[in-house]
Amino acid sequence: MTHANLGRREFLKTGAVAGASLVIGFHFPARTTSHPPSPSPTVPFKPNAWLEIAPDGSVTIWTGRSEMGQGVRTAMPMIVAEELEADWRRVRVMQADADPAYGDQATVGSRSTRSGWEPLRKAGAAAREMLISAAALTWSVPREQCRARSGAVEHTGSGTLGYGALVARAATLPVPENPPLKSPADFRILGTRVPRVDTPDKVTGRAGYGLDVRVPGMVRAAVARSPVFGGKVKTFDPAPALAVPGVRKVVQIGSGVAVVAENTWAAFQGKQALRVEWDEGATAQWSNDGIATAFKTAAEKSGQSVRAVGDVDAGLQGAVSTVEAVYQAPYLAHACMEPMNCTAHVSGGRCEIWAPTQSPQGVQREAARVTGLPVSSITVHVTYLGGGFGRRGGPVDYAREAVELAQKVETPVQVVWTREDDIQNGLFRPATYNVLRAGLDAGGRPVAWNHRLVGPDGASFMITRGADELIYDIPHFRLERVVQDPGMPIAPWRGVGPSQNGWVVESFADELAHAAGKDPVAFRRELVAGKPRLVAVLDLAAEKAGWGSPVPAGRGRGIALWQFGETSVCEVAEVSVGADGGVRVHRVVCAADCGIVVNPDIVEAQLQSAIAYGLTATLYGEITIDRGRVVQSNFHDYRMLKLAEMPATQVYLVKSEVAPGGVGEAGLPPVAPAVCNAIFAATGKRIRKLPIGRMA
Amino acid sequence: MPSYTLAVNGTSHTVNVPAEMPLLWVLRDTLGLTGTKFGCGIAQCGACTVLLDGEATRSCVTPASAVGARKITTIEGLSKNGDHPVQRAWIAEDVPQCGYCQPGQVMAAAVLLAKNRRPSDAQIDQAMTNICRCGTYQRIRQAIHRAAREA
Repeated sequence: MTHANLGRREFLKTGAVAGASLVIGFHFPARTTSHPPSPSPTVPFKPNAWLEIAPDGSVTIWTGRSEMGQGVRTAMPMIVAEELEADWRRVRVMQADADPAYGDQATVGSRSTRSGWEPLRKAGAAAREMLISAAALTWSVPREQCRARSGAVEHTGSGTLGYGALVARAATLPVPENPPLKSPADFRILGTRVPRVDTPDKVTGRAGYGLDVRVPGMVRAAVARSPVFGGKVKTFDPAPALAVPGVRKVVQIGSGVAVVAENTWAAFQGKQALRVEWDEGATAQWSNDGIATAFKTAAEKSGQSVRAVGDVDAGLQGAVSTVEAVYQAPYLAHACMEPMNCTAHVSGGRCEIWAPTQSPQGVQREAARVTGLPVSSITVHVTYLGGGFGRRGGPVDYAREAVELAQKVETPVQVVWTREDDIQNGLFRPATYNVLRAGLDAGGRPVAWNHRLVGPDGASFMITRGADELIYDIPHFRLERVVQDPGMPIAPWRGVGPSQNGWVVESFADELAHAAGKDPVAFRRELVAGKPRLVAVLDLAAEKAGWGSPVPAGRGRGIALWQFGETSVCEVAEVSVGADGGVRVHRVVCAADCGIVVNPDIVEAQLQSAIAYGLTATLYGEITIDRGRVVQSNFHDYRMLKLAEMPATQVYLVKSEVAPGGVGEAGLPPVAPAVCNAIFAATGKRIRKLPIGRMA
Repeated sequence: MPSYTLAVNGTSHTVNVPAEMPLLWVLRDTLGLTGTKFGCGIAQCGACTVLLDGEATRSCVTPASAVGARKITTIEGLSKNGDHPVQRAWIAEDVPQCGYCQPGQVMAAAVLLAKNRRPSDAQIDQAMTNICRCGTYQRIRQAIHRAAREA
C-alpha cells in the first residue's frame, strides 16, 4: 500500500507510464443534479475521479475529498477496493486536484463516506465485472463460473488470472451501468481495521501540508489585517518593514497590508514593524458586555418561528409544572494546528494554487473571481490539512489573499498566518443566547417546549440546526429565532449548530428529568421509545458506563443523547469538581450507531476526537470581544485540552447494515451536556454558560 | 548577516541568518527540513519540538545564535527508515489524525523514553505537553506504553 501527494507533472508522468491501463472514470452526483454515476472508459490523462489498474496489477485510487485527519484517504479507497475485489496491498491512493468530475468536493458536513458510499461502490463493482468478463472470454468459459478475489479472477479448471493480465481486454468491454454490489456479509475489507495509509508519512515528517509546499522562486508573506472586524486600511508606512533584513516588498491587498519576504520569519518581523492606521468601522462599538446585554434585550421580544408543532402557548398554560432556563454559548475559534496558509502562482494566463483546503472548488471559484481567469485555467492542488473543523471549508479568505498577492508580486507566494492572526482575524462559531421554557404533565412527561434562540445573522445550519427538530416527541413545540448581529464574522465549526444546541437541548432535557423526578436515562428512553437506533445507543452507553451503579466518591455521572444526520450517539461522562473549583473529566463512554462501519479504527478515532474537541470548548473555549477586537491571541489564553486532561474514552459501535452515516462531528454535540449534567449530579450546580472554566 | 554552523541530523550546515531567527525557520526555510512544524511561535504547542543534544526543545523560540555546537535532531533524523521504536508504536496504534502535531509528539515521546524506559501514566502526563487539536491523546498514551514494552 503506497500513496502519494503528487503534483500535476508527476501525475502526468504516472499516467503516461500507465498508458495501457484500464481506467474507469466515475462521477459523484453533483449537488444540483441527480444523474447516476456513469462509468465509461476514458483516457488516463484526463483528470477525473479514477480508479486505475496498471498492467502490473497495481491499482491506483484517487480521492476527491480532503484529508484533514478524518481518514478519507483510507476509508474512501477501501470502499472502491472492496467492490473491486482488489488486493489492498497493491492499492495506491492519490489526492485529486479540484475538478468538476468529482462533483462537489467540499469536505464538510461529515459526508465524505456517506455521500461517496454508493458511487464508490459502483465504480469498484463496474471494474470488477469487466475484469471477470475479460477472464471468461480469455478462458472461453461462462462468466458465471468465474469469480474475482484479491486482485485476480479465478475459475475452477482454468486457474487464476491476475487483474494486470486482464486490463487490456477488459478495457475493450462495455461498462456495466448497474453492476451488482456485494452483500455486506461478503465484505472482506470494509469493517476491518485497515491501517491508515497516511500514518507512516505522518510520523516521519514526510507528509506535506500547506506550509510545506516549496515552489521554485517562492517568496513568503505575512498580512497585517485590521484588528477590528470590517476595518479598512487608512494609511500605512512601509519603511520600518522594508528595513527588516529579508523583506522585499510591502503591498496593500483587500484584507490589509502584506509584507513579502525571502523567508517566513522575515515576513513576520516585517509585519510587526509595519505601521498601519486603520479605519475601524462600526464593529468597534461592540464589547462582550454589550453583546451579552444586546442578546438579553433581544430575547425579551418574541422571534420568528422556525418550527412549530401543536400550540406551545396553550401547552405551557395547561402544564402541571413549568421549567425555565437561560443558556449562553460563546464565540469560539477553530484553532487548527496548522495556521491558515496558501501558496499561489499567477503567470501566463494561468493560476496554480497549493492549498490545505476543505473546499478545492471554492478556492478555484474565488481565484477565478480575483484573477478574472476562467476556472479551467486555475489548478488547485490539495495538500494535507493540519486540521479543518470548518475553518477551511466555506471560508476561503486564506486563498483569496494568496491569489491576490500572487498577481501583484508575479512570483509564487506563500501567505502564512501567525497563530495570532488565526485566533484574532478568524471566523467564529456563533455565540448564542437561549431562553427555554417547558411544561410537564402530571406524569412528568414534557408536553410543551419553547426555545427562543438569539444569535447573529447566518445560515440556519450554523444557528438553529439541532434546536429545530428534537429527537424527543413533544406534542407542543416551538423554536423562535431572534437575530442580533454584532458583526463578528462567523463560520461553520465542527458540529455546526448542534455544537451549541446539543448542549442547550440536552442540558435542558436533563433539567426536565430532574424536575420530573425521573432518572435521566429512563426519562430519555420514554421519550425516544419509537426510535430503536436511539434506544440502542442510550442503553448501550448506560450499560457500559455502569449507569445506576455507584460512582467513585466525589464524582457525578451525566448522560446526553444525540442524533447527527443518520448517526445516533450517546455519551456518559464521569466528572469531579476539585476543592479549587477545577473540573476534571475522568471518563467518557460513547455508544454510536453510524450504520455500516467502513473502518472501525477510524470511526473510534473520530468519536474520540470529537470528544476531545468538544471538551476543550466545554472547559475552556471562549473568544471574547473588546471594542471589536478579539481579546485572545494564542494558546496561552485560548487554552486547549492537553494529554493530562484527556479522559479515558471508550467507544462502542452498534452493528448495523444500514448505509454509513457521518462520524466526523456526531460525537461532539453530546460531550458538553454530558459533562455539565455530570457536574449537576456531582454538585447540584447547573452550568448554563460556557465555558465552565473554574467553578466558584 | 552572522554565520552559524549547525549540526543537523549528523550533517554540518553553515547558514547566514539573523541571530534572533528561530531555529524552526532556519530548519524549515533555510535548510528545507519541513518535518518540524510551526504551530504557535511562543513555545505553547510543541509542534516545533526538536532535540538539542537529546533534550526536547521548542525550536520556535530558540534563536539560531543560541544553538551553538549542540547536536540538532529533527523528525527527519530520528531514524533512518522511520523505524524508531516510537515511530513503530505510533504506526501500530495508528495515532495520527490530521498529523500536523505528530512530528513534535513523536520527538517529545522519544525524549521521554530515552530518559525513562517505562514511564507511568503520571510521568506521561507530565512530559507530554504538546497540543493535539484532533485529540489523539489516548492513542499517544497507548503508543508510548507500547514503545516502552517493545523497545
